[in-house]
Amino acid sequence: MEATGAEIVVRCLAEEGVEFVFGYPGGAVLNIYDEIFKQNKFKHVLVRHEQAAVHAADAYARSTGRVGVALVTSGPGVTNAVTGIATAYMDSIPIVVVTGQVPTPAIGLDAFQEVDTVGITRPCVKHNFLVKDVKDLAVTMKKAFIIAATGRPGPVVVDVPKDVTAHTTEFEYPATVEIRSYNPVAKGHSGQLKRAVQMLLEAERPMIYAGGGVVLGNASEQLVELTRLLGFPITNTLMGLGGYPATDRQNLGMLGMHGTYEANMAMQHCDVLLAVGARFDDRVIGNPAHFAREQRRIIHIDIDPSSISKRVKVDVPIVGDVQSVLTEMLTLLKLAKEKPDAAALNTWWTQIELWRSKNCLNYNRNSPIIKPQYVVEKLWEVTKGDAFITSDVGQHQMWAAQYYKFDKPRRWINSGGLGTMGVGLPYAMGVQLAHPHAQVACITGESSIQMCIQELSTCKQYRIPVKIVTLNNRYMGMVRQWQEFFYGSRYAESYMESLPDFVKLAEAYGHVGMRIDKPEDVEAALKEAFSPALKERLVFMDFQTDQTENVFPMVEGGKGLSEMILAEEL
Amino acid sequence: MRHIISLLMENEAGALSRVAGLFSARGYNIESLTVAPTEDATLSRMTIVTVGSEDVIEQITKQLNKLVDVIKVMDLTEGRHIERELMLVKVKAVGLGRDEMKRTADIFRGRIIDVTDATYTIELTGTGSKLDAFLEAIDPAFIIETVRTGASGIGRGERSLKV
Ligand SMILES: Cc1cc2nc3c(=O)[nH]c(=O)nc-3n(C[C@H](O)[C@H](O)[C@H](O)COP(=O)(O)OP(=O)(O)OC[C@H]3O[C@@H](n4cnc5c(N)ncnc54)[C@H](O)[C@@H]3O)c2cc1C
Ligand SMILES: Cc1ncc(C[n+]2csc(CCOP(=O)(O)OP(=O)(O)O)c2C)c(N)n1
Ligand SMILES: [Mg+2]
Repeated sequence: MEATGAEIVVRCLAEEGVEFVFGYPGGAVLNIYDEIFKQNKFKHVLVRHEQAAVHAADAYARSTGRVGVALVTSGPGVTNAVTGIATAYMDSIPIVVVTGQVPTPAIGLDAFQEVDTVGITRPCVKHNFLVKDVKDLAVTMKKAFIIAATGRPGPVVVDVPKDVTAHTTEFEYPATVEIRSYNPVAKGHSGQLKRAVQMLLEAERPMIYAGGGVVLGNASEQLVELTRLLGFPITNTLMGLGGYPATDRQNLGMLGMHGTYEANMAMQHCDVLLAVGARFDDRVIGNPAHFAREQRRIIHIDIDPSSISKRVKVDVPIVGDVQSVLTEMLTLLKLAKEKPDAAALNTWWTQIELWRSKNCLNYNRNSPIIKPQYVVEKLWEVTKGDAFITSDVGQHQMWAAQYYKFDKPRRWINSGGLGTMGVGLPYAMGVQLAHPHAQVACITGESSIQMCIQELSTCKQYRIPVKIVTLNNRYMGMVRQWQEFFYGSRYAESYMESLPDFVKLAEAYGHVGMRIDKPEDVEAALKEAFSPALKERLVFMDFQTDQTENVFPMVEGGKGLSEMILAEEL
Repeated sequence: MRHIISLLMENEAGALSRVAGLFSARGYNIESLTVAPTEDATLSRMTIVTVGSEDVIEQITKQLNKLVDVIKVMDLTEGRHIERELMLVKVKAVGLGRDEMKRTADIFRGRIIDVTDATYTIELTGTGSKLDAFLEAIDPAFIIETVRTGASGIGRGERSLKV
């Protein structure tokens, strides 16, 4: 049957089983919006800024594992969306962004609302397409979904000129398409797998370092089984939190710049390191030269060969999908005659427990001012550790990571790679829509929340009852912390002047606002916000927290992983 | 180390900019880059000459392979290969220098492909260093204009880059 390009876009999305399209209309996409009006297969969510559309689609993907979808118009619609696309790109999140474009004959003529979308987005997408012929549209949409979701996931942009949305062609959605230039590796090399298992069994001071790849690759179950079978200590990156239960004894917590003392020390001093879906980020290993001082053999599992030996040389590279590789490793381990060296492991754990006894995340629990860590701890208690937590970027993000103990994957939704302030609220929207009955909280700062505050309106329209936990320190706290440590306490432009009254602001948007000033009121406020009475309401909690609190431990830029500044030392 | 990387990619609009963009975004060197369709018009073959440490070259080949439009990548310098570059040089050819110029071109197996009273245009092929050597062998004052294609290359013997 003949269909217009606009119908094709909409029908492809329906064929893909898309539940939500986050978007914002404009001239170039009006044909598509007209088709959206006529259908009922998926729901369109009208955001208040295109950046938020992409963030919400991204969070939908992070929390479900399915591809998120956003739709924006040409020109400013696209440029507004770029921050969202780059954010998804840095954390390898599968989304498809459909962008309107000026009609093909107008391309290149500086037409109204024309930007070179393929050019602007090229460095921050996994792939992008400009569809010049309506006949290519359905196949391109299929390719976009395949490319976004497979291999190392990532955002794909499909740029559709307005005339293409009006042209007609025979519509048939292909079940799959062959892309000869695109064949991600799934299975690990069997020889390398054997070497890796041998190395693990010989280890005296082993360590498992698990990242976002475990979450992206749905391999938590295999990781847990492997780690328990071996009895090894494990640490998660910021992106890997929840990939291995945080409340488990074998978990040493997050590592890196704001990682725990025990995780960073074990990482530095291990003799065999198993890296699983983690990319040796600069915020994770500190100074690579310092990291290389200690001898250790490294096994690295990653689906993207370019993640391997990029910043740190590894001994056993295993290119493959983490779930498949870990499953094969488990089989080999169960067949192996040798067992891990129990005596050596015992000594190693004794050392680790010594490091752990420093209790590096301790803080003053008797403060008369609200400590931000306390709010997060209480939030964990009140939500029984089972909420979806989104966060913005700054100190509050680190406290959320350190004090909310994630026991399940896909519960922790944050921007790690790009560190995009403003993601928190749109992330919470995407998560709540995907999980209508779940508890969803956004841990944010008074600065970050203002970057996408307009989405409070979207939350009202679609009755999205997220709970916003603002750790309001009246500062860009993370910036203030660096200025305190490295710039002689000269707080250049990091004080947040003229803050709005967030309670009134929330009320103006039709929500519930609360301001909490005293530690003794924290728990009650959280309980109320999560009570059945407010189940259907968005609650904006403005916690007035300690202005001078800093995030510890901290590894300064350029320093080694074991050269941490601890809270007690100041 | 200097490396010659050959690759096959989909012959599509924007494909070249994906490669060029990758090199500039990641700060890799490009000494030269040549590209043209192959006998199969859906494919483009590109030759990139780059300089970098082994680690950097490893990343370059991995990053190139990662581009969705790229089908195959081969580092020609890893094995036996042939490298050729084409250069056209317009030189002054007057008086005593005219014969001298012809002789030098002959030594380098260059061909004179255009002649005026005062100039020769010489076509030379060879490795980059042979072309450099020719330019060094003639008096720079005689050079009016040069244009080089950048290197292209192919594996020796059975070694080949095919889909
Ligand atoms: C203020 C701030 C502070 C930060 N501090 C820290 C810190 O202290 N500690 C910390 O850890 N991070 C910190 N970060 C985050 C940091 O910048 C990086 O985003 C993060 O460390 C990267 O995590 P990752 O290595 O798990 O990689 P990700 O970015 O999650 O990448 C995943 C890796 O897994 C691979 N992969 C994907 N899918 C699969 C699959 N199916 N199979 C196999 N492999 C797969 C990918 O190819 C990639 O290499 C901070 C960020 C901010 C904004
Ligand atoms: C879009 C964007 N701009 C600037 C920054 C740099 N930055 C990182 S953290 C931060 C301050 C965040 O302040 P707030 O949201 O109040 O959180 P706090 O650190 O106080 O908890 C800034 C400005 C950023 N990450 N993102
Ligand atoms: Mg703040």
